Amino acid sequence: MLFECAQVSFRRGETLVLDGLTFGIEEGSTCIAGPSGAGKSTLLRLLNRLADPAVGTVRYRGRDVRDYDVLALRREVGLVPQLPALLDGTVAMNVGFGARLAGRVTDVSTALDLAGLDEGFADRPAGRLSVGEQQRVMLARALALQPRALLLDEPTSALDESSKAAVEATLLDLRERLSLSFVFVTHELAQAERLADSIVWLDHGRLTADRAPVPR
Amino acid sequence: MIAAIEITLGQVASTLVLVAVAVAVSVWQRADLERDIGIAVIRSFVQLTAIGYVIEVIFDEDNLGFVVALLAAMVLFGAFTARSRARKVPGALIPLLLALALAGATTLGLVLALGVFEPEARYVVPVGGMVIGNAMTAAAVALNRLGDDVADSANQIEATLALGATTTQAIRPVLRRSLRSGMIPLIDSTKTTGLIFFPGTMVGMLLAGAAPADAVRLQLILLYVLLGSVALGALTSVLLAYRNFFTPAQQLRELPG
Repeated sequence: MLFECAQVSFRRGETLVLDGLTFGIEEGSTCIAGPSGAGKSTLLRLLNRLADPAVGTVRYRGRDVRDYDVLALRREVGLVPQLPALLDGTVAMNVGFGARLAGRVTDVSTALDLAGLDEGFADRPAGRLSVGEQQRVMLARALALQPRALLLDEPTSALDESSKAAVEATLLDLRERLSLSFVFVTHELAQAERLADSIVWLDHGRLTADRAPVPR
Repeated sequence: MIAAIEITLGQVASTLVLVAVAVAVSVWQRADLERDIGIAVIRSFVQLTAIGYVIEVIFDEDNLGFVVALLAAMVLFGAFTARSRARKVPGALIPLLLALALAGATTLGLVLALGVFEPEARYVVPVGGMVIGNAMTAAAVALNRLGDDVADSANQIEATLALGATTTQAIRPVLRRSLRSGMIPLIDSTKTTGLIFFPGTMVGMLLAGAAPADAVRLQLILLYVLLGSVALGALTSVLLAYRNFFTPAQQLRELPG
């Protein structure tokens, strides 16, 4: 089992964002779906310890995430947030940033290629790219860490239809080439069905249907 | 030693004409500042008169214990004042107290150790006041910027943490901007000193009858001392305060509001 949640609750102020979730996520491609405010992004943040639940336990590959070195866990379980948030500097600097912190050398052009960008992007200033291109650089930056699992928060929400199709194709291609497990958030049923092996449905912080079969 | 000059209360009172000009401008332009101007005039009179008597006692006694107590009080009031400018920074008081104390102790300690001033109350008290006051302003500006920037850059900080960065690595661009915000005003005024404005110490010495060369040298000493204290005040407050935005598990805390 890739991830397991046991009686997981999370509060933001007075609001109960996640309410006693218990379920598992297998290797492969899993979608967390549900309406806005369902707690999807919060759940994703719990999986690589950007936040901890108020109650309950999150496990990654059978171990409580709190038993891992938190920095090592985040390098192994990469997260691409919903909105691009690149650092000032070139694309190459951004792609190599996380790997450099881990003391690794990055093959920037390979990471860009995996994310569907050609190596001509490497020397471009990150701040001058389109939102779609920035989103791909965020993906390349996460892939440069050679993660074992990737968490994607609405990876195509800021993109137009053609960019969305391209990113979806990239994700399917990555799964084939790297055998990488994905957990991604979307509120779009059609996208969930195109990309996911299984779907976890959330509404108001509760599980409404776990592991619904997906026609493929 | 320069000759002391006598200033009567009548001379002070006569300058209230200029305060009346400020009030008139406010009324004419409906700036609604008359009350604030009144409070500022009364508070400055009461506070400066009170501190004048305190300083007189301390100068007469020339007791190092009194000097240290006065400087400690300045650090305490300075930290509370700066905290009101740093509302978005959780637990800012302790970092501010430590930053002002460190800036004051280090810069005063150095100028005394280098023999720039004698360890006497009449030097240590005014220089200490300037050092702590400027460090307070710098720390307040830096923490104000820190609070705003962490709120504005929360997505970027979390995205960097998600790459396995430590909190220090994730917040470094924000720290750099906060530090610059705290230090730039004094650096800019130091650059333009003598061209656009005459700083207070130099003006005071010239009015008191000192030779211009002496006034300039003392002013330069103070400007350089203040650069050091401002750097220490801003740096220490920012480096201590940013930690309060994070949990021990390298997570950005939920920000209020």
